[in-house]
Amino acid sequence: MKFGIIVFPGSNCDRDMMHALRDDLKQEVVMLWHKDRDLSMFTKDDCIVLPGGFSYGDYLRCGALARFSPMMEQVIEFANNGGKVLGVCNGFQILCEAGLLPGVLLQNDHQKFTCKNVYIKGESTENLIGGHVGNKALRIPVAHGEGRYHADAETLKKLQDNKQIVFRYCDEHGEVHINSNPNGAINNIAGICNEGRNVFGMMPHPERATSDVLNNIDGRAILEALTHMN
Amino acid sequence: MIATLEQATKLGLREEEFEKIKEILGRTPNFTETAMYSVMWSEHCSYKNSITWLKTLPRDGDKLLVKAGEENAGLVDIGDGWGCVFKIESHNHPSAIEPFQGAATGVGGIHRDIFTMGARPIASLNSLRFGKVDNPKTKWLIKGVVKGIGHYGNCFGVPTVAGEVYYESCYQTNPLVNAMSVGVVRVGETVSATSYGEGNPVFIVGASTGKDGIGGASFASADISENSAEQLPSVQVGDPFEEKKLLEACLEMIPTGALIGMQDMGAAGITCSTSEMSAKGEHGMIIHLDKVPTRQANMKPWEMLLSESQERMLIVVKKGRESEVQTIFDKWDIHCVQIGEVTKDLNLKYYMNGELIADVPAESLVLGGGAPIYERQFTTPAYLAEINKFDINNVAQPADLKEIAYQLIQLPNIASKRWIYEQYDSMVGTGNTQTNEPSDAAIVRVHGTEKVLAMTTDCNSRYVYANPRKGAMIAVSEAARNIVCSGGLPVAITNCLNFGNPYNPEVYYQFVEAIQGMGEACRKFDTPVTGGNVSFYNQSEDGPVYPTPTIGMVGVLENINQKMSLGFKHPGDTIYMLGTNYNDINCSEYLHHIIGESHSPAPHFELEEEYVLQQTVANLISMKLVKSAHDISEGGLFACMLESAMANGLGFNMTTDANLRKDAMLFGEAQSRVVVSVNTDLCALFEAELKGLPFTKLGIVNAHKEICVDGQSWGYISDWKEAYDTALEKLLA
Amino acid sequence: MKYTAHINIMPLKELLDPQGKAVSNSLHNLGLTNVQGVRVGKHVTMQVEAATADAAEKTAHEACKKLLANQVMEGFELTITEG
Repeated sequence: MKFGIIVFPGSNCDRDMMHALRDDLKQEVVMLWHKDRDLSMFTKDDCIVLPGGFSYGDYLRCGALARFSPMMEQVIEFANNGGKVLGVCNGFQILCEAGLLPGVLLQNDHQKFTCKNVYIKGESTENLIGGHVGNKALRIPVAHGEGRYHADAETLKKLQDNKQIVFRYCDEHGEVHINSNPNGAINNIAGICNEGRNVFGMMPHPERATSDVLNNIDGRAILEALTHMN
Repeated sequence: MIATLEQATKLGLREEEFEKIKEILGRTPNFTETAMYSVMWSEHCSYKNSITWLKTLPRDGDKLLVKAGEENAGLVDIGDGWGCVFKIESHNHPSAIEPFQGAATGVGGIHRDIFTMGARPIASLNSLRFGKVDNPKTKWLIKGVVKGIGHYGNCFGVPTVAGEVYYESCYQTNPLVNAMSVGVVRVGETVSATSYGEGNPVFIVGASTGKDGIGGASFASADISENSAEQLPSVQVGDPFEEKKLLEACLEMIPTGALIGMQDMGAAGITCSTSEMSAKGEHGMIIHLDKVPTRQANMKPWEMLLSESQERMLIVVKKGRESEVQTIFDKWDIHCVQIGEVTKDLNLKYYMNGELIADVPAESLVLGGGAPIYERQFTTPAYLAEINKFDINNVAQPADLKEIAYQLIQLPNIASKRWIYEQYDSMVGTGNTQTNEPSDAAIVRVHGTEKVLAMTTDCNSRYVYANPRKGAMIAVSEAARNIVCSGGLPVAITNCLNFGNPYNPEVYYQFVEAIQGMGEACRKFDTPVTGGNVSFYNQSEDGPVYPTPTIGMVGVLENINQKMSLGFKHPGDTIYMLGTNYNDINCSEYLHHIIGESHSPAPHFELEEEYVLQQTVANLISMKLVKSAHDISEGGLFACMLESAMANGLGFNMTTDANLRKDAMLFGEAQSRVVVSVNTDLCALFEAELKGLPFTKLGIVNAHKEICVDGQSWGYISDWKEAYDTALEKLLA
Repeated sequence: MKYTAHINIMPLKELLDPQGKAVSNSLHNLGLTNVQGVRVGKHVTMQVEAATADAAEKTAHEACKKLLANQVMEGFELTITEG
């Protein structure tokens, strides 16, 4: 099993993801350039990661320009064939723009970029990550200006009914309420997956919470989950 | 077209400087050449009014691999084959005009100074000064500056790990925005800002050249004969996305070995980079300006030469290896265009469509070459007499200390900067260890080595105003103290010298005294100056700003286990104050902002006393005898204790000294004091290790999360924290 | 009378527009190589209650100068329609 991390121009959490997976989780990691078109070395057991950052400067709309990078065609095909894909922060935004995940990430309700530790908890055990992390509140950092998840009522109902909501923002005791929501995301949604449960997107950064040096390893379980078979 | 003296003076040159240019060239310069000299001989590029004194600063040390002035920034050896490059720079005046872009391009500029040397920036810091926080203009400036710093840094992907913000009315119309970048590089893989080897091609890489930052109005009015059709923009727009690509492309290019030298383009753009690189490499250049990619049609040669468009670099490549370099920049979709070549002849010759439009010796333009050096007059400022009149006995002791304390910790200079720092990505790079365990200096790990860096920016300019020499010493000492309290060994500093008009002898007195104090303290702590920036003319109609020599200091920890944090750890631990308490409220936030006394001397400070304190604290930390360490600074002992308590939500019991004024003990800002907490079982051992350093046993850490002073409850930590955390956002709302 | 102000706010011509530049490059990468000079601004509409079209325009103009456009960076154009 190996991870492939796509580097877009403007990605800036690509190296952090590499350090987390390679140094802290001892996984094999391959860095992939967005202009390449070859994912033939990856199988269904592997996982492609779209890291955080400001791909294409976040100009126009977050993720809108990256979605047209040559590599994204391959990622869409890889996902449609059941391969595991994780998008974190800007990666989540790209997955939404690419149509691999439903909904959209809007500007935070308070109109400011926000970077801090928040708590999230798994919403359902019926997906790879949720099944692995349980329902304990995990302390994971967020860092985004446009992280307010939004979807129309119908989509939201589908997400709920299909148990596609992976994470919700909560407080340190695991209580989900308005004060534990850092950006105004609808229903406190922090992360979702697709119907096939092989494509995951989340705003918080698990790769920033995998190291003893940083005094927070709550993110390990999230990334570790992806080393398991779907 | 020959330039006139009138044009030269409008461009900011003095008559004798214009004469000197004629002498250098052996003829009268044309307008373009005059414009080039005017910018290169400005204070910003030539340090003409400051270099005499800057040279008195210690600039040498065992750990300095590149000394001050040799390259764009200093290079410090941190061990294990790694070097650290860091520098601080001001962007005060652009931020006053357009706070968002001014601050953003300040951040972009300082990062370029770092990666132009081949280092990858891993942290940024800043030091900000604004006017009164309740003023609407101040609010606009703060919001813009903070957003701008965040916008550039967050997108560029370098965490903002520390900083300082002060609000004083002297900065009302002239805010200070100082940005610092810290980068790391393998020793031996750095790039020099040099140019040599006849025939080697010269490339411009990065963004296109526009009419950004070309001295604005003074140029428009001076250039009567060559009037530019379009108005010159007064702001520069930053593009962090372009800079991020430029960073990655440059760092990818360096290992190819195809490079001779590289320099970023900041002030005076093409003029500065071509002349400084050529002067350093003792060669000349032929440059074809018509080949420079421009953003606008019909740019004049002098506009191209002086443009300060952001996100550009000048590189000199080994002949025959152009395609290797080109391939990398193509990969990143970045312009990389050959605009000229290196010549044996020492002159810089600039052509436009084949026509020679400027021909000047490279060396004559630069600092250390032809640029003028001045000694300015200075006199003791009249206001110092006012300061010396202060007498603490005229200040009545307050009846309700708790109420004073409660007001004090909500003052904007003391309260939490949360509203600001949460808008900065402080964690990207997964190196900043402050998030989950704060300490006095930011502690940032370096991926690829066990070594850890400590960094901080410090300057209490009110102290410097009250006593420029002592105030500058305190700024250096506090920076070193922050690093020592975090478990680090201070290594070197960079400085950002923000002062008023140097032609004002009272301002120049502040400058000279501050430099001397800084030098003395740097020698004591063995922290040489690696470089920095001078910003004069920070003033309004009401006079100059407080003299503000901001210190950016970097220290090293052998590994993360040496880190010491500031928060109390366990109930029952004993709290000590190391150092001496004095009946001193001089220059304190308490005296200045609560009592309302604007003039008082700098607080107590003796360099030797500070040195002994720091040595002792370093020893205690290395012996693992303390569980927390936090230095006493603005707000005094009480604010310090509160910050240590809030970090982990613990309370404390403390007793005041009956022999001292209670306001002085709790809120005074006498220097050289540190609060530590100690496992009670180790107190005897701890006290023995103090080896005679004065100390006070203040009390204990308590589990019931309450503050108790002299047996009286002052309420719960959670309530104090709420007031401390939200004070600034309430003021800015 | 009710009027509608239609306001276009654009980055000043002589300033770099990083967003426009990035969009332009992406369009080229998508094969639309004949596209040039992309600049991205804002469009604002608002209703203004005023006696005459001129008065409405005056109000809208003031709104632009005071808040909607940052004149150091941006220029604006506005048109007024009835209703």
